[in-house]
Amino acid sequence: MARAVTSRRKLVNTTVAWAIGLLIFFPILWTILTSFKTEAQAIASPPIFLGFDWTLENYSVVLERSNYGRFLWNSILIAGGSTILGLIVAVPAAWSMAFVPSKRTKDILLWMLSTKMLPAVGVLYPIYLLFIKLGLLDSRAGLVIVMMLINLPIIVWMLYTYFREIPVEILEAARMDGATLKEEVLYILTPMAIPGIASTMLLNFILAWNEAFWTLNLTAVNAAPLTAFIASYSSPEGLFFAKLSAASTMAIAPILILGWFSQKQLVRGLTFGAVK
Amino acid sequence: MATKASRSAARIMMAPAVILLLGWMLVPLIMTLWFSFRTYLPLRGGDQGWTGFDNYVRFVTSSAFWPAVQTTLVIVLGVLIITVALGVLLSMLLDQPMWGQGVVRILVIAPFFVMPTVSALVWKNMFMDPVNGVFAHLWRFFGAEPVSWLSDASLPSIIMIVSWQWLPFATLILLTAIQSLDSEQLEAAEMDGAPHLKRFWFIVLPHLSRAITIVILIQTIFLLAIFAEIFVTTGGAFGTRTLSYLIYQRVLESQNIGLGSAGGVYAIILANIVAIFLMRIVGKNLDN
Repeated sequence: MARAVTSRRKLVNTTVAWAIGLLIFFPILWTILTSFKTEAQAIASPPIFLGFDWTLENYSVVLERSNYGRFLWNSILIAGGSTILGLIVAVPAAWSMAFVPSKRTKDILLWMLSTKMLPAVGVLYPIYLLFIKLGLLDSRAGLVIVMMLINLPIIVWMLYTYFREIPVEILEAARMDGATLKEEVLYILTPMAIPGIASTMLLNFILAWNEAFWTLNLTAVNAAPLTAFIASYSSPEGLFFAKLSAASTMAIAPILILGWFSQKQLVRGLTFGAVK
Repeated sequence: MATKASRSAARIMMAPAVILLLGWMLVPLIMTLWFSFRTYLPLRGGDQGWTGFDNYVRFVTSSAFWPAVQTTLVIVLGVLIITVALGVLLSMLLDQPMWGQGVVRILVIAPFFVMPTVSALVWKNMFMDPVNGVFAHLWRFFGAEPVSWLSDASLPSIIMIVSWQWLPFATLILLTAIQSLDSEQLEAAEMDGAPHLKRFWFIVLPHLSRAITIVILIQTIFLLAIFAEIFVTTGGAFGTRTLSYLIYQRVLESQNIGLGSAGGVYAIILANIVAIFLMRIVGKNLDN
């Protein structure tokens, strides 16, 4: 039974919620707007909200000057590579834990979670040293591996919670009808698991894209992704608000769009199924 | 239903994930422990042998230690209080019927998807810059003297930046929890004439308590480790050096691996204390 809501109350809710929503979103909106201003207009006093000469100049300057393409490519390779590698390792593990659970399944899951809690700074030097020894420092391959390992617990957990929702009765029915294991996996389990796998991929891609401890400390030039590219703006030179905004907009736009599709999965993935 | 064959197959399927994570956990952990008991200065003589608990003692007795602990506590508690309090209010608001609910949700959640280096730099320059920042314009508009946020009010500034990043997370999880609240219970209370505050205090808040606990635990673990937000704003200056930033500086900037590793062991112990509570809740949830 829905509560009767007066339209006046709804109007108040709407106004307050939109005001707060826009306030929270404002820094992002301001960044996007500033990216289309000239450097002079970006620092104009009083600030110009919309009535400026829209220009794409900042984007072309950033693209030309900073080899933006390479950073973007690194971000895509590192986030994408670690996600795919993580899935290859995690799908079988989550699968077996969900469908052939043993007494130890719960302990293993919790232990995996505990590795995620290890503070990165506590193992910074060992990883740094291993990277030097193995020639992985400032390499994409090295970051793909680290990114895969730090997100592996989340991938396993998310997949596990999705797989557990697949009703076992369907499998039993298929078996009664004489389906082989191969047919079972191919025609019944896989189609049912695909949505879960897709949302796990999405969330993991976002987390890897935004990771900013290992990407800052283990890269220099060759493997540096967008997080490091933006960090290079921390020492300003002259007027740079508009260029910073353009660079920032390009770095966050793809993830903002992907993120909007992954709201629900975010809760599941980051609370380890504890909040539903 | 599980046969012996499927059990051993299951073990094989699990093996890669377990072995990788075991290696990822044990190898660096053992190395950190090992280094923490040694005098190890790669740029000044390398590994100079065993020192027992010297590094552990030196880490906590250095003049930088207690300020760092205090800074860490202020940031973590500050962000937790802001995000949980605002998160509860915001999630209750977003649960109300309104026009354009989906769009508002998207606006509120967006900061979570902004990479930490971007949000820190955008706040630092375009909002907190004492000359050209939006706040400076706002302050001047009201006839006040603009503030040099990141040097004169460094901790509140960092807390604000980090809270902006984490408010969406708290809101989203609390909203998910609030949507599972039985609305009939609230209606019954409303009909019985219970005022808003009482309904909030006796029905909504107890219902949210579990979700709030989870938000606090997960955020604490991430907040103890914030790095980029300090790295690109103050670089640890102006009293913003947290425990993890201090360890980072010991390890990579001053290249005192022994001392930094001892600090790392402290950080690991600290994170584990928080993690135990989180695991208990998650573990209980697995049973039912």
